[in-house]
Amino acid sequence: MLSRTADAIYWLARYVERAENVARFVDVNFTLALDLPHESAAQWKPMILTTGDESEFSDRYDEFSEENVVKFLTFDRENPNSILSCLWQARENARTVRDTISSELWEQINHFYLLVQHASKQTKIDSPHKFFAEIKQASHLCTGIADSTMSHGEPWQFARLGRTIERADKTARILDVKYFMLLPKTDHVGSPYDALLWSALLKSASAFEMYRKRFRAIHPDRVVEFLILDQHFSRSIRFCVKGAERSLRLITGSESSSYASPVERKLGQLRSELDFADIGEILEGGLHEYLDTFQENLNLVGGAVFDTFFALKPVSAGNKAAS
Amino acid sequence: MKRTMKFTDYQTDGFYDELFEKAGVPHEAAKPLIAKIESLPPGDLHRRQQAAEAAFLQMGVTFTVYGSDEGTEKIFPFDIVPRVIEPGDWLQIERGLKQRIEALNLFINDVYHDQNIIKDGIIPGELLNSADSFRPQCVGLTPQRDIWIHVTGTDLVRDQAGKLMVLEDNLRCPSGVSYVLQNREVLKRTFPNVFQSMHVQPVYDYPNRLLAALQYLAPRGVAEPTVVVLTPGMYNSAYFEHAYLAQQMGVELVEGSDLVIQDGFVKMRTTKGFQRVDVIYRRIDDDFIDPKVFREDSCLGVPGLMDVYRRGNVALANAPGTGIADDKAVYAYVPQIIKYYLNQDMILPNVETYLCSEPNQLDFVLKNLDKLVVKAVNLSGGYGMLIGPHSTKKEQTEFAAQIRECPRNFIAQPTLGLSRAPTIVGDDFEGRHVDLRPYILYGEDIFVMPGGLTRVALRKGSLVVNSSQGGGSKDTWVVAPSDGRAEQSQGASSQSQTQSQTQKTNSKSQTQGAKDA
Repeated sequence: MLSRTADAIYWLARYVERAENVARFVDVNFTLALDLPHESAAQWKPMILTTGDESEFSDRYDEFSEENVVKFLTFDRENPNSILSCLWQARENARTVRDTISSELWEQINHFYLLVQHASKQTKIDSPHKFFAEIKQASHLCTGIADSTMSHGEPWQFARLGRTIERADKTARILDVKYFMLLPKTDHVGSPYDALLWSALLKSASAFEMYRKRFRAIHPDRVVEFLILDQHFSRSIRFCVKGAERSLRLITGSESSSYASPVERKLGQLRSELDFADIGEILEGGLHEYLDTFQENLNLVGGAVFDTFFALKPVSAGNKAAS
Repeated sequence: MKRTMKFTDYQTDGFYDELFEKAGVPHEAAKPLIAKIESLPPGDLHRRQQAAEAAFLQMGVTFTVYGSDEGTEKIFPFDIVPRVIEPGDWLQIERGLKQRIEALNLFINDVYHDQNIIKDGIIPGELLNSADSFRPQCVGLTPQRDIWIHVTGTDLVRDQAGKLMVLEDNLRCPSGVSYVLQNREVLKRTFPNVFQSMHVQPVYDYPNRLLAALQYLAPRGVAEPTVVVLTPGMYNSAYFEHAYLAQQMGVELVEGSDLVIQDGFVKMRTTKGFQRVDVIYRRIDDDFIDPKVFREDSCLGVPGLMDVYRRGNVALANAPGTGIADDKAVYAYVPQIIKYYLNQDMILPNVETYLCSEPNQLDFVLKNLDKLVVKAVNLSGGYGMLIGPHSTKKEQTEFAAQIRECPRNFIAQPTLGLSRAPTIVGDDFEGRHVDLRPYILYGEDIFVMPGGLTRVALRKGSLVVNSSQGGGSKDTWVVAPSDGRAEQSQGASSQSQTQSQTQKTNSKSQTQGAKDA
């Protein structure tokens, strides 16, 4: 497939996934605010830290109020990572690859964008929970429609590659920031709030019920283990990286024990580290350090994906690539 | 509560009407449609119109309105009352267009080779030499299978008496066929029953036909040619159509930057390296396709493309240079062109045309500016036009000056009382002027898609149907001749039989599955 098309599909999937993640943790925070005592106001700041857009926010907003944070994260067109911006970009990408994706998928993405764009015209979100639930569902529909209306060939694999890389990154961010916001408040440990906050963290990753099934009692280390290393949970970092690697192998066609490009090597390394990781060692070495390194490595993978598949190679270099 | 919409008060006002013979009397072919519309419950037609518009928005068949609020998108205005064409009229259109395209193709080939038609004194050599659309770069070129014009959109109109005439040919990347296909999809949902009972000829296989015509052009020896659609990009107003056609044909939609020239071939950059391209359906104008040969400043095209084309290693549709045959001054000579190459009389007449380059005709035009439509020969989309009866004295004086300065640039035609079709306006039907653009494909043979884009001048009394000038569209229903009916209904019954058999098989396997579980 065309390099430009692969690029657009990969990013289209990333933007849809990103929009869903933002919706998920904004929604959780709304619900959380209802259960927490008045200090809850402070809970809006970590949301901005999670996205990594703190300076962008501070440039234009004076306080981390609910109103400001929600606006920044959902409808602010100047914030490239707001839900509306992500969907606009997803749709622009989808438009350029309309010939490659199924019309069902295009229509869903179009509908998704129009839904949020329409909401952005309202002065206030009427029913936040309903609205964010619609966004999550619209995103799941995109994935489901792509799965069931598109051949699982190269374009679909690029979409999964994008989605899983984005998802791994977001799970790492949620975990990183929330962990530090939650843990130092030792006076909460063991209190009703402790369980509440850790539950909120799991819900931010849509992981609450699945965690319960796996470990039942809420325990911070277990939560961390579940979100990083669980073999079967679709948002755990390890699961995402495995999915990304699977797509990559299917795109390049190389055997699982070898590699033919830097991107396969990078991703393979990352995957095998996760396969043999131990939660005790991770926590001992420092969770933040671990997640930081992981995100750096994941960014390198993203860069290598670009270099290998999307970069417009000059004609002379192309001879090599083609042979 | 809205009332039921009826045609009781509908007037034809002396114009030929596409659905009504005269007030209260529909054409034979349109009767089931009129009956259906009049039988709808109050408010239902408006609901169907709204549902159709919502469907277009949902499908993203929109264009962006620049300037105002960012992201303002509109659907191409659309009226759900279709226009109906009787089998006899269609037969004439089909035969006439095939004849026309065949002759124009021979003409273009002659123009870029021996120019016999000039040597034989049929058309003046001056006509070609002074035409902006003549491409000296194409002289001596022989396109694959000697076909130059693979895709044509010819504009037809009817006059006051209902006579069908060719208004102009569009041989350079004509747009609009995607709207025909999408209009039809929506209309099938809007009037499912009446659609079936009227035996409307299908248009859905256009993309198949287009693909076959393009594949037919592949350089010899290429068994499975790679066909692509070349677009200027997503900011082009016809981008939706480019993407849609590529998708429907299952081929890549490429931009100039996706293509490179390597070892004498055109290749596209893919995730697995460079892949050869054999046929390019280009939707970029001649001027922009190759900066090495045409406009140097173009960044939309592919440097070196024409060289590969010249060597026969890639096919281009439409061939560069075809614009010479839709020059509005050349148009005036089409009857002679058909006679010269085919030795036939023209089946679909031209609109009477005055060439300002001819001194005596120029004189007539200047004296009758208030009655004629004057058109610049190199402009389209409703630009550079003077509609005499609707113009002011000042506009006429300005136009007269332009014509005198460069007569070759202008032609004039009588103002036609274009036919009208009933269109929903508020709570009523009003007649609005229409034209028709059928699409013609030239591959192994010449194919005329049954139907085409009916464009509607939505403003009351307006004769300008171009979308850039506030026009809208309607679906075009070509009714199949009655002998085609038996065959169709037979096909339908045998299909339902197969389906019920499948259902049985399905339910059986389902039961089995349940037992296993």
